[in-house]
Amino acid sequence: MSANLASFLYLVSGILFILALRGLSHPTTSRQGNVYGMVGMAIAIGTTLLYATPSFGGFVLIVLGLAIGGGIGAVIAKRIAMTAMPQLVAAFHSLVGLAAVMVAAAALYAPESFGIGTLGAIHAQALVEMSLGVAIGAITFTGSIIAFLKLDGRMSGKPILLPMRHVVNAGLAIALVVLIVLLVTTQSTSIFWLIVIASLVLGVLIIIPIGGADMPVVVSMLNSYSGWAAAGIGFTLGNLALIITGALVGSSGAILSYIMCKGMNRSFISVILGGFGGETAAAADDGIERTVKQGSADDAAYLMANAQKVIIVPGYGMAVAQAQHALRELADKLKEAGVEVKYAIHPVAGRMPGHMNVLLAEAQVPYDEVFELEDINSEFAQADVAYVIGANDVTNPAARDDKTSPIYGMPILDVDKARTCLFVKRSLGSGYAGIDNTLFYKDGTMMLLGDAKKMTEDIVKAMDH
Amino acid sequence: MEPTALEKALDQLDSAGASVRAAVESMQSAEVADAASALAHAASGGAIDPFVFRFAIFVLAIFVGYYVVWSVTPALHTPLMSVTNAISSVIVVGALLAVGISASGLATGFGFIALILASVNIFGGFLVTSRMLAMYKKKDK
Repeated sequence: MSANLASFLYLVSGILFILALRGLSHPTTSRQGNVYGMVGMAIAIGTTLLYATPSFGGFVLIVLGLAIGGGIGAVIAKRIAMTAMPQLVAAFHSLVGLAAVMVAAAALYAPESFGIGTLGAIHAQALVEMSLGVAIGAITFTGSIIAFLKLDGRMSGKPILLPMRHVVNAGLAIALVVLIVLLVTTQSTSIFWLIVIASLVLGVLIIIPIGGADMPVVVSMLNSYSGWAAAGIGFTLGNLALIITGALVGSSGAILSYIMCKGMNRSFISVILGGFGGETAAAADDGIERTVKQGSADDAAYLMANAQKVIIVPGYGMAVAQAQHALRELADKLKEAGVEVKYAIHPVAGRMPGHMNVLLAEAQVPYDEVFELEDINSEFAQADVAYVIGANDVTNPAARDDKTSPIYGMPILDVDKARTCLFVKRSLGSGYAGIDNTLFYKDGTMMLLGDAKKMTEDIVKAMDH
Repeated sequence: MEPTALEKALDQLDSAGASVRAAVESMQSAEVADAASALAHAASGGAIDPFVFRFAIFVLAIFVGYYVVWSVTPALHTPLMSVTNAISSVIVVGALLAVGISASGLATGFGFIALILASVNIFGGFLVTSRMLAMYKKKDK
């Protein structure tokens, strides 16, 4: 196969990837889009094999590698619980990061195979592109591992604040630039590995100070990084599919990070600098005795069964308690009784963009009953009951009313405007941001203390009476 | 008014075209005057570093990505992340080159590791995405 034909086919696979993302504009076209993505990948792999014509031994190794990796990937994809999607995506990002490092290492030791020069005499430009790819790849690798550990609960979600961390990070970043310049001038492999090590360390240091509640931003940011790393390697290899994909993924992750930051009313910089949610926020101690109205599952069942309109507000707590199926049953019961049921999703509910939508879809909640914040917020005023399950900070009226609150200005779901707000919660503690929720003390709020899943099931049972 | 704006834009395009023609003509005359001129060499389609083309594609793809991703419905942001993850594993082409045709054992080893990692992502990413997308259903009628 000629180089021109190969380039053309890589372009085709890049366009198929664009169509894969385009399909996601609506659930009905999304499945077709995913097929485009798979075809694009098949074309990219097929083209490479036809163009490079590997030796027999090489071909055996390739089939072996594809089979091992593909088998592991298929098993993981089949078995993974939907609630574990955030950590799975973080883990997958780390693989892309490490793969970028490995491909760059291979290109450094065998530059002839990639057409970028000869050992010890690699084109300077290729070295710059390669070292950018490798640095971002290594940062993505360790950063994603930390994100994975935090999301999976194997590491505390609390931010870890090292002394002088900004100075250390800045020092490492400067060292990276110096090392890249040295690599281009000396072509030394040991400098290459120093770049890898410095980037690996930097990846850990960037992510450990970021708290659990900011994870949606981190996951999106690492998504973006994995794209830029791929693009860097794409420039080294002069591969169009890789350059286009890297640009797509990089901008996709960046947009998601932006949406998540906007959902929290925080600047990207402040999220990256970290530390949010670590301090136990001083509870607003104004000397006023606050009373909380508590209710039982029976009270909740009575209120909801007699309502005309119920809006359900799910949050991360629903994912932790795996309450989505019980919630669907509750909604079915209500609909049977002629109650209008809708779901309201805050952009940063859960631990990654769209987390709640996937869980509700898993519980077979139709997607046309699920609404985004800006589409449904005005409807709370006409709702009889807002059923808040596992969400907290995203419903805190302080974000709207209290200028001194650390979350002031964050867009919230106006659940307090519903006639009654039923708030399911384990205990009366504060949310991830460590901020007292003034909603608990409002007249229209009834607290349902208990596990989200158990409470929902109890309400369903109580409705049968 | 839209038509006037369009006409104005067309006029501007016309005058831009005219100035480009003028520029090309002046370059051609320069070429006649001085064939060795570096400027003329570039204008007559001389060596442009392939990097420039790749960079142009890269920048355009960023813009395409920008518009396409904004059109993605928020309900599908999780599948968006998993599918972007799967397609970024197209880095596997680098691994295939390293394993398939490299002469150095070390490079083959690195390539093989990259190949396994990327294939986990390709298969895992696309399959988990299709599993998720299959769950999104409309209200039963």
